[in-house]
Amino acid sequence: MTAATSNRAPVELPVSDFAIPGMRCAGCISKLESGLVLRPGIVNARVNFTAKRVSVTHLPEMTMPQLLEAITGIGFEAVAISESSGDNDNHEAKRLLKAMAVAGFAMMNIMLLSVSVWSGASGVTRDLFHWLSALIALPTVVYSGQPFFSSAWSALRKGRTNMDVPISIGVTITTALSLYETFTHGPHAYFDGVVMLLFFLLTGRWLDAVMRDRARDGVSALLKQTSAGAMVLQPGSKTAWIDAKALKPNMVMLVAAGERLAADGMVTEGVSSFDLSLLTGETTAQSVVVGSIVHAGTLNLDAPVHVRVTAAGADTAIADIARLMEQASQGKSLYVRVADRAARLYAPAVHTLAALSFLGWMVAGAGWHESLLIAVAVLIITCPCALGLAVPAAQIVVAGALMRAGILVKDGSALERLAEVDLAMFDKTGTLTMGRPTPINLADANGEQKAVLLALARASRHPLSEGIRRALEIEGVAAGKIDQVREVAGAGVFATANGHAVSLGRPDTEISHEGLASELQIQGKPSFVVHFSDEMRPHAAATLSELQSLGLASLIISGDRAESVAPVARALGITAQTSMLPQEKLNAIARQKAAGHKVLMVGDGLNDGPALAAGYASIAPASASDAGQNAADVVFMGDALTPVATAIRAARRTQHIVRQNFILAIGYNALAVPLAIAGYVTPLIAAAAMSGSSLVVVANALRLKNAAK
Amino acid sequence: MTGLALLIPVALGLGLLGLAGFFWSIKNGQFDDADGAALRILIDEEDEL
Repeated sequence: MTAATSNRAPVELPVSDFAIPGMRCAGCISKLESGLVLRPGIVNARVNFTAKRVSVTHLPEMTMPQLLEAITGIGFEAVAISESSGDNDNHEAKRLLKAMAVAGFAMMNIMLLSVSVWSGASGVTRDLFHWLSALIALPTVVYSGQPFFSSAWSALRKGRTNMDVPISIGVTITTALSLYETFTHGPHAYFDGVVMLLFFLLTGRWLDAVMRDRARDGVSALLKQTSAGAMVLQPGSKTAWIDAKALKPNMVMLVAAGERLAADGMVTEGVSSFDLSLLTGETTAQSVVVGSIVHAGTLNLDAPVHVRVTAAGADTAIADIARLMEQASQGKSLYVRVADRAARLYAPAVHTLAALSFLGWMVAGAGWHESLLIAVAVLIITCPCALGLAVPAAQIVVAGALMRAGILVKDGSALERLAEVDLAMFDKTGTLTMGRPTPINLADANGEQKAVLLALARASRHPLSEGIRRALEIEGVAAGKIDQVREVAGAGVFATANGHAVSLGRPDTEISHEGLASELQIQGKPSFVVHFSDEMRPHAAATLSELQSLGLASLIISGDRAESVAPVARALGITAQTSMLPQEKLNAIARQKAAGHKVLMVGDGLNDGPALAAGYASIAPASASDAGQNAADVVFMGDALTPVATAIRAARRTQHIVRQNFILAIGYNALAVPLAIAGYVTPLIAAAAMSGSSLVVVANALRLKNAAK
Repeated sequence: MTGLALLIPVALGLGLLGLAGFFWSIKNGQFDDADGAALRILIDEEDEL
């Protein structure tokens, strides 16, 4: 080891990131970090508990499966995070935080000086303090004001106005006038007001950015459905792990049972069946033979197959869906956030008011200097300080509450849109149902059979085995003891228990076309066939009736065949459309939109991606495909469907609080503006009004802490 | 008055020191894993060796 270390060339070792959803405690951190470095080939491991990730620094020759195997060996389920989920988006929050820190520093120090001025400093001392304030305030305005200046400028260039326009104008004019006052030994300088304004507004912006980042981190930790790469057959019958992005047509992928395809291709060897539910919504597995075409994102169920890549990355069949999604999401970007809508009314009003007070005082005979001072006081008092906090403060509190309840909200506008929906459209497979096989007749098995079943199921990673394992573990069955376990791909798991041969595998009799099934055989005893079906999510019916009471009608739009959708629709008592292609789902949403509805789309599959993007708001379960999670506004964890109703209720309460906040903030202004116009506002009153209204707004937002209950 | 000449620079300097410290800690990733940092204190390093 020492020799290797000293001889190591000064090259950057590769770092791979893994999401570890099961990380819960301090013990997990130390187990992972100290456990991983003991493995050969791993140089360092660093856990980020907040993001539930581990960064592994390793030797270049370590492959992805080896690294995954190392983490699994320590006892954690890991998912490789593809590099596309980059961190450069995090920069915005950091930049805002820095700007906020500078503004906060400047605010405190200027306030220190201002308090002396307010309490009676005069003459040279006052001038000195004004000069010092200017010295601190000018660089601060230049540095911390940038986010507002650049946003206001880009809005103006497009001929629009937003919240940042009045802010920028107010800040610039006030700074300039305060400088003039300082030069001419005037009694009032508004540097404290300017900097305080920036500080409060930046706090609002930063909260908004933090919320988006946290949700994005949460979602990227879940992205796993398309496999991040594949084992590829190399010349000389060697294999190598190749990242999904580097896959090229004509490479041959080895796809093990239970693995998802990373690219489109044609089967060249092996017989198996594929689960297409993510792509089409169909629940029945499709059998594939040599020559079958298979698509990225589908799951290989039974046996290992060789697949020759025909299209990878941007060329896959998914690309079509991606294009549809892109078009569909353009409608969403036209949505104007509440704060900006308020600003559209507010900004012209404020500017007119300030201009009118200037003109009014000029006409009344005051000098231009005094009139300008009063106009600036009006600008400062009306500047949307509390308005800037009113929305983000409420939204981040509610997003935090929802996150604790396992609901990730992508951004603030999602909450606003979610509050307005009046019609819910559900996908079936994976959304109303679990989208995975669940055994339905385990109650008929006897104790011995259950014990052996669990032991065998634990030895395999086949989706059916996992279904059995989950069901039996919830039931609290103790696994029997089995030896000589071996898994034969495509056939099943074989072992011995108490000297008898036992097996769990594909049923001999051809009953499999009735649905998924697997057969347990114990030597000398009758065999037991486990049947599977796609079970409904817990609380699905209760959730739909809750939506009803919230004023939302529900519909099913499914890609699956009518026979599989009918039982679900009947059980829930809602109408369904079936066998729909992604484009048809889009059309269905467009029709409802034209009828004046604001559609909430709830779906999970790739085929729902365009519909999720087109819906006025959209929700996806955490088990959804990458595309589904990326397109959805809200992602919820867990099996139960309840979060759909919870999210809507919380969103509506948020809108309620936001509206209250607006009223509070504007009410403050309404009180202070007459004073400002009358010319009675000093920097002291401005500072008090500003911080007072901001505090009230934040305190009101904190009432949302339990909104996810 | 002479006190001011000393006290104001001291006050500003201390403030700037705090600001610089904050910038350093952002750049150094001190806030990247707040929950993890809270838990790491519980890890008993001695047991690992």
